[in-house]
Amino acid sequence: MSQQLELQQVSVRYGATTAVENASVTLESGDIGCLLGPSGCGKTTLLRAIAGFEPLTAGSIALCGETLSTPQRRTPPEQRKVGMVFQDFALFPHLNVRGNIAFGLSALSSRARRDRVESLLQLVALSEHGDAWPHELSGGQQQRVALARALAPEPEILLLDEPFSNLDAELRTALAADVRELLKRSAITALLVTHDQHEAFAMADQITLLNQGRIVQTASPYDLYHHPLNPFVAAFIGEGAIITATINRAGEVTEPFTGAGKPGETDARCQLLVRPGDITYDAGSTTRLRVARRSFRGAHYLYELLLPDGQRVPCLAPGHIEVPAGATLPVSLQLQTHLAFRGGQASREA
Amino acid sequence: MVRLHTRIRRATLLLTLLALSGLTACGAPDAVNVYSARQEALIQPLLEKFTAETGIPVNLVTGNGDALLARLENEGDNSPADLFLTSDAGNLYRAQAENLLQPVTSPALQAGAPAHLRSDENYWYGLSVRARVLVYAAERVDAADLSDYTSLADPVWRGRICVRSSGNIYNQSLVAGMLATDGPAATATWLDGFVANFARTPQGGDRDQIKAVAAGQCDVALVNSYYLGGMLQSDNLEEREAAEQVTLFWPNQAGRGTHINISGAGVTRAASKPEAARQLMEFMLREESQRWYAQVNNEFPVREDVEPSALLQSWGSFKADALNVSELGRLNAEAVKAMDRAGWK
Amino acid sequence: MLWRIAMVLSAGLVAMPVAVIAASLLGPYSTAWTHLLDTVLLDYIVNSLLLMLGVGAGTLLLGASSAWLTALCEFPGRRVFSWALLLPLAMPAYIIAYTYTGLLDFAGPVQSALREAFGWQYGDYWFPPIRSLGGAICMLSLVLYPYVYLLARIALLEQSPALVEASRSLGRSAWQTLFRVTLPLARPALAAGVSLALMETLADYGTVAYFGVSAFTTGIFRTWYGLGELHTAAQLAAFLLIFVLVLFALERHSRARLRFHKMHSARPPSRMQLRGWRAAAASTTALLILTAGFLLPAAQLGVWAAQHYSSVFSTAFLALLGNSFLLAALASLGCLLLALLLGYGKRAYPGRLETGVTRLASMGYAVPGTVIAVGVMIPFAWMDNTLDGWLQRTLGVSSGLLISGTLGALVFAYVVRFLAVSLQSVEAGLTRIRPAIDESARSLGQTPLGVLRRIHLPMLRTSLLSALLLVFVDVLKELPTTLILRPFNFNTLAVRAHELASDERLAEAALPALAIVLIGLLPVILLTRSMSTEPTEA
Repeated sequence: MSQQLELQQVSVRYGATTAVENASVTLESGDIGCLLGPSGCGKTTLLRAIAGFEPLTAGSIALCGETLSTPQRRTPPEQRKVGMVFQDFALFPHLNVRGNIAFGLSALSSRARRDRVESLLQLVALSEHGDAWPHELSGGQQQRVALARALAPEPEILLLDEPFSNLDAELRTALAADVRELLKRSAITALLVTHDQHEAFAMADQITLLNQGRIVQTASPYDLYHHPLNPFVAAFIGEGAIITATINRAGEVTEPFTGAGKPGETDARCQLLVRPGDITYDAGSTTRLRVARRSFRGAHYLYELLLPDGQRVPCLAPGHIEVPAGATLPVSLQLQTHLAFRGGQASREA
Repeated sequence: MVRLHTRIRRATLLLTLLALSGLTACGAPDAVNVYSARQEALIQPLLEKFTAETGIPVNLVTGNGDALLARLENEGDNSPADLFLTSDAGNLYRAQAENLLQPVTSPALQAGAPAHLRSDENYWYGLSVRARVLVYAAERVDAADLSDYTSLADPVWRGRICVRSSGNIYNQSLVAGMLATDGPAATATWLDGFVANFARTPQGGDRDQIKAVAAGQCDVALVNSYYLGGMLQSDNLEEREAAEQVTLFWPNQAGRGTHINISGAGVTRAASKPEAARQLMEFMLREESQRWYAQVNNEFPVREDVEPSALLQSWGSFKADALNVSELGRLNAEAVKAMDRAGWK
Repeated sequence: MLWRIAMVLSAGLVAMPVAVIAASLLGPYSTAWTHLLDTVLLDYIVNSLLLMLGVGAGTLLLGASSAWLTALCEFPGRRVFSWALLLPLAMPAYIIAYTYTGLLDFAGPVQSALREAFGWQYGDYWFPPIRSLGGAICMLSLVLYPYVYLLARIALLEQSPALVEASRSLGRSAWQTLFRVTLPLARPALAAGVSLALMETLADYGTVAYFGVSAFTTGIFRTWYGLGELHTAAQLAAFLLIFVLVLFALERHSRARLRFHKMHSARPPSRMQLRGWRAAAASTTALLILTAGFLLPAAQLGVWAAQHYSSVFSTAFLALLGNSFLLAALASLGCLLLALLLGYGKRAYPGRLETGVTRLASMGYAVPGTVIAVGVMIPFAWMDNTLDGWLQRTLGVSSGLLISGTLGALVFAYVVRFLAVSLQSVEAGLTRIRPAIDESARSLGQTPLGVLRRIHLPMLRTSLLSALLLVFVDVLKELPTTLILRPFNFNTLAVRAHELASDERLAEAALPALAIVLIGLLPVILLTRSMSTEPTEA
């Protein structure tokens, strides 16, 4: 597989403020990548730099081996084979649906253009709305028009800027799956920007997590969830709590669960990520933890339990186990010691 | 913003009330109210002198003669105007025809304006006289070739004549005068020949025609005498130089005389102070008033016993058309139609 | 309900003078019509159409390009140009015509210098004749383009930058994007601006008369003054009105299905940074427009005014200043309040009646000021006289003329004449506020008046200011209405300038003309200050 997109040590600065610092990302052809991070982390800036709207202060951006952006030279947006879906869709209000989709097809003959528009309308299941005006469509329909419009000129890469944020939550997950399927079917390379990890998980083959303008980790969704590189990734991805714990020479977590013995010389104090599934209800267990509070999730109860030293950990219990706050719950521990961090980096146990 | 807006609204209301209460119709109640088509600068000093002498204040509105006439007509019996002052005979004629004036007479008025420069039934009186003359470029035109207006239709003048648009009252009066003396057929023939001789599409004012002659764009122009006077006395060097390059010619001296029109005045039918209005008219026909009134605009006094200014005297005396100027008003619409038909823009 | 009654009543009152003009169509039709049809009318119509075409294209070109440059590009001097390009607004068309004639006429300094330099005589060379249809188009375009500029600039500043980026990412160059996205989206604003310019063009008499161009207004005045047929003149004006109605109905119809609500844009517009020859070209273009529309004529006026300063200036001159200012201030405030009443009422109750009366009330703009004055004078004088007659019959007292010949009647006439200007501004501002905002405020318990005061006024600040400014400057420049309707001893700068100019003392008219321009600058500066503090100005 070839490298469709290659960002090498890209930096973008506005005067004194640094939006993106030293970011390197590559994306294989046909893959769907995702730039994930809290708002203000620089992910949208990076996307706009790829589209050609932001100049680089350092590094380079290449698409299909062709360098598009360096601090010295910037290929204009219209000469990049980049399609973009905007956060507010940015549909042209003075053009109807067909006009919007045909907008980027100026190179085609009018007949070819018509055919292409019709096939795209079909692709996004809007064949009956070709003559509608943007304001007459629902949010989901507008989003599909924006997608069809961006795909129409057959870009080398599709950029999606928070494409689902203007839609309601229910529609969001369904659409994300639909869009992924559509992109995969057409073997389109795409890069998505979002702050929502569920969207990222539903869409992406590869996720790049950014924080304060720097890339924190690039990995598959599975690895990101299960092998976070540092506490920030761990805390940002999925549910769970980070507690201060001690791991002994045997690699077992002692403090604060057992509450016995002082840490030995080789024992290490560390930050430990506890996922809800790591502590489970076990009727026969002698380890009992006091319930701080609970929330009902239908099939499950999510309990928040108090450790002896007062730190809190999550626990997932079956929905029929009802224990009021203040009482104790018998649990078994399957703590993942590879989610323990010393000085910010994950400790890899042999 | 909201507070600012309410403040603005309050201020508006206040101002409107103030304006409506304070600045309604007129100032002093015993004043003579004048509707004047003659400009303020050409009349205000004389009105002030009248007030100083008689103690009667004068209120003035100036404007286009036809518009003031329409105002007078619509206001009807309640019109505040006592005196209607125009810069041409046409509007006086129309005001009389529409029964907006009242006859007024006195020995001073009768002695002032000669018979052909006032209405037969004493509805209005002429105050000053202007003449429509020719100016020419002496180096390109032999004065012997110039005679009367009619000769300007001769093909020798093809492409050599400048004149302003037929929309102007001066030209309309000139043609109305021709209609009165020569009749419609002769006038139409003359117009066709005259229009064919234009050097350019009619444009600009009379001063522009004089400048065009001076610049060589045409050889002869038809203008009012006082514009030449104004240019000669201008404090603008270019205007003075242009005026000095042309020569004045009195047309029609062998025939009926040079075409003239008047500025004049009449007391309105609705006048609430007709007596004071008559007094004002008499004042304007007095010798020293006549001298000032004519001189301020380089016109000729309507009174034959008052001498024109030195500049006007330097142009020599001339024979003026003795046609009663009422005729100019009567035939004005006919004249406009004739000019339209001839294609005089 | 109260609002609707107030709206219909006030719109009806403002529409009254226009209705009086329109009523003339009921007849009788005099023989003057046969004369007009046989001789000059076709010529007038053709000339007016050509004039509209030319001024429409001219104002669109100048206004849209300057708006685009200052709103969406960055080049040396942009900040200064963004307000300075409004300055020609303060320049009356007839005055710019005088100054250019002074400069470019056959006898003027430019051609004289050419003849001197090359030894030419009349007829040896060709020089574009300033006093011509083309000249009139240039003059009117130079002073009317700011209408397009002002409205288009606001629209461009508020466009979502994402639309431009979407177009660029779809393979359109910056240039193509301008013509395919940016300008089409600004179409309501461009149409509104050009409409204003065209209405002014149709109502213009001073410029065309001075240039000897026989336009439709020439016909109206010639019929009245020359033929003495006021009724026929009113009929001509009524046909002009019908023409304008049809024209604007067509324009509205052509964009009936489109909606141009402001896309909520999170970001301010990103200006395109121009460098090198492009930046130089942008600065030069803006400077050329500004020079031709303002600097050059103002300089000519300044030279003339300096020559004649002593002969024209006096204490009476200060009274002229005061009167002009008072009249313009009253009329512009009146227009603004009424425009708010109508624009907002039409929005809250978009019924046929409301839309109809609003449109009728804004027709006065296309009618020459003199004709409006007649339309105001006739019903007011009639009302005054009827009241007086009734009082005399019943009580034996006379009320005389209560409204006719007062400043109130004059201000009213200006409201009739210029309501369209403030209405355009207010309505253009209102289109940019989505109906959902109204609805949410209403559902939060606000009355329509409350929505106006607490939501729209703050949001419309710039539009309201520009409505005020445009009318203020317009009234300052307008002459014929004042001339006919003013009370005794009430002079304005425009009247003084006109009296001197009509006596062909252009140079002496320069001082009052320059004063008009300078007073007109005050609100322009006020507006530009508000423009530079608006949040969209990055």
